[in-house]
Formats: sequence, C-alpha cells, structure tokens
Amino acid sequence: MSAAPCYAGVDSGSWNTKAALVDAAGRVVATAIVRTGADVRAAAEQVVRDLLERAGVDRSAVTALWTTGFGRHAILDATSSRTELDAHARGALQYVSGPLTVIDIGGQDAKIITVDAEGRRVSHKMNRKCAAGTGSFLEEMALRLDVPIGALPALAQASREEIELGSFCTVFTGTEVLGLIRQGKRPADLARAAYRSVVKRVLEMERVEGTVVATGGVVAHHHMVVELLEQAIGSRVIVPRYAQEIGAVGVAYAARAAAAA
Amino acid sequence: MPTVNRPSRSAEATFRSSARLKELMAAHFTGVDRAAREKSAPVAWCTSVGPVELLRALGYQVFFPENHGALLGASRVAGEVMGRAHALGYSPDICSYLTSDIGAYLARKSPLTRYGLSGAPRPDLLLYSTNQCREVRDWFEFYGREWNLPVVGVTSFRDLGEVEDSHVEAITRQLEGLIPALEAVAGRRLDAPALEQAVERSRTCSDLWRDCLNSSASRPAPLSFFDATIQMGPAVVLRGTAEACDYYRLLKAELSERVTAGAGAPHRERFRLYWDGMPIWGRLRDLSTLFASLGTSVVASTYCNSWVFDALDPRDPLRSMARASLELFIARAEGPKQRYLERMAHEFSVDGLVFHDARTCPNNSNVRFGLAQRLRRASHVPVLVLDGDLNDLRCFSDEQARTNIEAFVEQLEGAVPATAGGGHG
Repeated sequence: MSAAPCYAGVDSGSWNTKAALVDAAGRVVATAIVRTGADVRAAAEQVVRDLLERAGVDRSAVTALWTTGFGRHAILDATSSRTELDAHARGALQYVSGPLTVIDIGGQDAKIITVDAEGRRVSHKMNRKCAAGTGSFLEEMALRLDVPIGALPALAQASREEIELGSFCTVFTGTEVLGLIRQGKRPADLARAAYRSVVKRVLEMERVEGTVVATGGVVAHHHMVVELLEQAIGSRVIVPRYAQEIGAVGVAYAARAAAAA
Repeated sequence: MPTVNRPSRSAEATFRSSARLKELMAAHFTGVDRAAREKSAPVAWCTSVGPVELLRALGYQVFFPENHGALLGASRVAGEVMGRAHALGYSPDICSYLTSDIGAYLARKSPLTRYGLSGAPRPDLLLYSTNQCREVRDWFEFYGREWNLPVVGVTSFRDLGEVEDSHVEAITRQLEGLIPALEAVAGRRLDAPALEQAVERSRTCSDLWRDCLNSSASRPAPLSFFDATIQMGPAVVLRGTAEACDYYRLLKAELSERVTAGAGAPHRERFRLYWDGMPIWGRLRDLSTLFASLGTSVVASTYCNSWVFDALDPRDPLRSMARASLELFIARAEGPKQRYLERMAHEFSVDGLVFHDARTCPNNSNVRFGLAQRLRRASHVPVLVLDGDLNDLRCFSDEQARTNIEAFVEQLEGAVPATAGGGHG
C-alpha cells in the first residue's frame, strides 16, 4: 500500500456516490462508484473503501477528504465540502480552459455552469423542481417502454422516425408516450424522442456559450444525449474522462488546492 | 405583500424595540377584532398598498388580509388549508396568500388565535387596489359574496413606464368615486383635515421606515432583510397612524446606535446581497440562518421598500395617493424596475442579487422577462434565481435552495481556480 499523500473527493449524488483520489502531483489515481441507496453515509464509506482498494492506498495517506453533491453535509469524516456547481466547474477545468459552459445531467437535477476565461464561475442554473431534463425522466421513459434503463441507448440507436414529445412534465410525457405506443409508434423512435426531450429541457435552462463540456451520469451512460446536444448547439461537446465522477474529481482538486494554499 | 408579527426567530441579534413591536401588533389585531364584534367602529379590509388613508380619515378600523396570508405562511398553517380553496376552484397556480386565506377561512383556522381572535375579523366593507395584482380583487370578491358585503376599489394601471399626469388623474378620479360608498358604510362624511392628517402620517411613517431601511447602506448592515420583514409590520398595518410613526422613531434610533457601534446583522458580513421578490415565509428562519452561516448579509430588498411612498403629500391628498400607488415598483414596467434595482445595488454596495421566482406570484417575480440577465450584463453584479413561493412550500426545495445559495457564495469567493490541466488520470 502506498502512503504518499493524496486527496479524496466524494460526490454524494441522488443515484450514485462517486469518489476520486488525486495525488500530490495532481494525477487522478483512481475513481469508484457505488449506488447511493437509502443510506448516504454507508454509501460514502463503501465508495471510499473501494477507492482506496483500487488505488492501493492506505487510508492514512489521505491528507484530506472533501465532499460534494446533495449528501455532502451528511458525510461525517469529511474535511470540508463544496457544492456540486463548484466541484463540476473545477473538475471540467482540469481538462478544458475557460471560457466554457458545463452541462451536467444527473439523476435528479441538471445544471448549467458558466465559467469565464480566467476560470471563475460567473453563473449557474439548476433545473426547477421537476424531473424533466434529468436521469429520472429517462428512467420513467424506460419503464414506459418496458426496457431496463441500460438498454435505452441501444434501443434509441435503432430509431428511424423523428418524434417530438411535447409535454412539459415527466408524468404528462409518460402519458403521451403511452398514447404514442397505442398509435403504433416504435419504441426505438420513442427512446430517441426521450433523449431529445432531455436535451431540449436542458437547453431551455440557460444560454450556452463558449466551449461546452458535458458531465454527469446521464452523459456518461447515454451517449445519444451528447450527440443530440451537438446537433442542437451546432458545435462539438467535450466529454471529459471521468464524466460521471467529475464532481468527485473536482472536489478532490479543491482539497489539494486548499492544502497547497 | 405584507408582514408578520412574531418574535424574531432569525439568526440575527434581537432588537430592543421588538417588545414595543409585539405590543403594537397585538393591539392592532385585538383592536380591529373588538370593533368588529362590538360594532364600535366600522371595519374594513384593505389591500396592503391600497388607499388606506381614506379609511383612516373615516374612522375605520382596518385589517389587511395579506398580513394574514403572511402569518399563515410563516406559521406553516398555509400548507394545511390551501387545498380547501383549490377544491373550490381557486387554482394552485394563483396567489397562495389568497388560497391560504380562503382555505383558512373554510377550515376555521388562523394564527390570530394567539392574540385571542377566532380568525380574521369580519369587515363591513372591503377595499382593494389592483396596483399590485388582480388577485386581490378576486380574493375580496370571494368574501363579498360569502358575507354579502360591499367590495369597492381601484382598478389601477400596471406595467407603467413613466407615471404620467393622465395616469394620476385617472386614479384620482377613481379614488374620488370611492368616497360615497366608504362614507355610506362609515355613516359619516369625509373630513378634509382628517384625510390630510392621515396622509401626513402615512408620509411620515414612510420616511421613517425608509430611513430605517437605508441604515443598512452602512457596513456592516444593522438591519437584514429577514428582520426587516418583521419590523415592517407597522408600516403595513398601521400606516396613517401616529403609533406607526412613533414606532419607527424608536427603531431608527436603535439602528443609529447599531451603526455607530458597528454592529451588523448578522455579526459576520463577508458579502452583501439584495433580495428581490416575495419572502418565503415558511423558511425565513432557515434562510436567515443559512445566509448568516455563510457570512453573508441580505442588506436590502425590493419587498420591504414597497411601503415607501415618496409621493404622498398632505397638501394634495388624493392626487398624491394616486401618484404614490402608481410609482410603486410592482406597478412598473421592466425599464423602471431595472433602473431601480441598479440604483439599489449601487447604493447598498451589494456583491450580488438574489431573485426569488415565486411560483404563485408572477406580479412580484421579476425574472420572467429576462430582467436578471439584463441586469447582470449591465451592472456586472452576479445574480442568483431561487425557485420557491411565498406560502406554498411544495414549490420550494430546501436542498436545491441550499445548494444554490452555497454555490452563489462560493462564486462570490471566486472559488474556481484559473488553472487548467493536471487531470490526466
């Protein structure tokens, strides 16, 4: 086991708890992901165990453990915390210089974060209290289409017809999808329509400018979202390595920066 | 739009004058209730920025249902009772003061029981002005039908760019037109010196209240938005009375002491923010505590300044009442609103503006036509939008609000480093 100093970040998300370990030189040594479930603290403890095992690092070598995400204040042995807005911006900045726009699509919320040329966060927007435009919406759509969420990307790839889902909220869209199924619309086309709906809702939140970086679990596991984002904004969208763990990576860098200050 | 009388539960220092505030508010509620029960004086309900001076001059005891709405929100009774009004056809998307108040009436619940009242005192007449929104009229008309009472009011202009003489004339004519109905219920004629006195007292109250609010231009700010929502009670429900003026002399003196002593509320003031839009009554304490824990003071607001009426002039009572009612922020178009916010941001030296987008209050949610973005571009002051509501807490996410506010303060700290590179895994 290595005992060189390193910095851990834990992103306690609604679906998954992610962790990242950054060494003193600023390299991401390892990452880990576990389901959050109903016990935020237990998930955090598990993901840190997994992380350290994967990295081959002893707990005593972790100089600081910082947290982010909705459960950031519930993790008892954290040294400090940052919001996910801060963590995602920091994480994205490790890969891309500003000015940039970070689009993060997670299980329960979507965020648009604007960072200026100097790397300062200048604004952020979170989705309203609604599941439209988030991973929860895709889960609901998978349920309606009677496929596991993991099968949704492959299903959507087989789409041939463009369908527009017009409803604003997840429940109404579910009803709309049932109606379209009754009309004989193909599940593949409806799956792609669900992705288009997510992208549309997200881009309604805020104007997107500069380099666009997409992060979050939905982006990491549903590449069609990225493809449709690129189509909608007419430019390339950068998906950084560790797109799903980027908050954990960002907050680990925050811990490292604080130690260096 | 109004306020709540309750002990200061915010994270901030207690005011010495609060004891007098409690007495005043209790006397107000019990006084109106007694008049209603004993028929010792005519009782009117009035909208919070309505033409109350006419009622004072005619000897009415005046009750403000929006104040009751705020009490229902702060006490969280609103969530229990709103559904009754929804079931009656009053949508969850309209003013949650209205649905809270009507729901409370139907459920026979009221926070006024703490003052010994069984509920809102029953009036002899209801007087509205739509200068703030249309809902107030619909709200009063419910009770007018329920109790077979006269409902009178001013149908005002809204979204005004400049307030022109023609607008003022039109509202003045409407105010004049109200007088016979008000006199009929009061059983007396309007006395010109009594009206002049009421307008003079309203103006004095307004000036003193503005001075209190302006004390927070000092660093640190002695009066936060959260405490101001409580301290503004007399400016709302006792406008036009000597008692309100006396109270603000007391408060102003205490605030001057605080400024001299360098005492801020909260104690630590790393950042200064401005609040636009309605308070979130059921979360006042939580938000106050959260901002204080972040070393951030909410030093000024549009809301608490809604009871500053610079145009009132006892030498020309009706016309000045008309002008004052039209000059209010809530009655204005986007251009004057933006200029007002830019001026306030400058005068109070704020580091950022928080806009509350209240789901059921479009008229006092100023982010729905791009104002926040225009303001950010023009003034370079960072802005934050919080989704919520005045009374319907189903429209408010505690966790999301907390994250938004913490992230905003991190942004003000300049938390994101400029360095790129290094994350090569």
